[in-house]
Amino acid sequence: MNWFHWLANPARFMRFAARLQPWIMALGLLTGAAGLYFGLFASPADYQQGETVRIMYVHVPSAWMAMFIYVVMAAAAGSFLIWKHPLADVAAQAAAPVGAGFTLMALITGALWGQPMWGTWWVWDARLTSVLILFFLYLGYIALVNAFDDPERGSKAGAILLLVGVVNIPIIKFSVDWWNTLHQPASVARMDGPSVDPSMLLPLLLMAGAFKLYFLYLLIVRMRGELTARRIRLLRLSDIA
Amino acid sequence: MGGYAAYIWSSYGVVVAVLAVMLVSSILGVRARERELSALEERVGPRRQRRQQSGLKDAHHDA
Repeated sequence: MNWFHWLANPARFMRFAARLQPWIMALGLLTGAAGLYFGLFASPADYQQGETVRIMYVHVPSAWMAMFIYVVMAAAAGSFLIWKHPLADVAAQAAAPVGAGFTLMALITGALWGQPMWGTWWVWDARLTSVLILFFLYLGYIALVNAFDDPERGSKAGAILLLVGVVNIPIIKFSVDWWNTLHQPASVARMDGPSVDPSMLLPLLLMAGAFKLYFLYLLIVRMRGELTARRIRLLRLSDIA
Repeated sequence: MGGYAAYIWSSYGVVVAVLAVMLVSSILGVRARERELSALEERVGPRRQRRQQSGLKDAHHDA
């Protein structure tokens, strides 16, 4: 916890993050390259899905990221509302467009898999619809945060929206168990362990790792942007005063 | 690719495109703001310093 407090200082955090940044990018590129190699070349076709299983190596990790980033943002929103820590709010706002991007990737790659395998780009079933709602939650948050003249009020309203919207995350996760959907049930995060063959689990997990690192890198870049924007705002205010 | 090449490659294409757009827009955003900040600091900085110095002088007068 002490270490956590030490990092809570924005300037110190940014210095620390800047030192980590090249390592994160290098590790991310390496993991991503390995994931692409195993996903596209060194793994077998599925006995049911055929070669389209390769779409899963980007679709599933994007969908995981879509949910993961939302949970990170909701946790940040909670700590912003409770402890009023500005860095938490900066992190949530910096992460939002990246979360929306990964959700969009999950939706589009899902459609590109659905057309050849299900015979349709889209169905209004529980899993697909709840992910579409997640996408709109991201967009709604971005719009809400920027809708106030007073950025402090925007941050607060946005944080509340994030916390209310977090109810959608278990709905997405369990939608395939609770309702009859076209989408297949979980095959990795299961109580009895993954049911995916190791040759396919490897590219899946590599891509998931690469996406996480990519997100971390973007988060640092965007947090620096958001902190700079805040300093500009502060300087403008003091200029007027 | 078993007749599914179009679907598979467009999936990977979409992923690469979205990842690239996010990276480029984030970096460009930071650069633009950092430029704006340094321009602002150049304009506001000296004025604020002067104001602070005159504030100090006033304080001396009061003493």
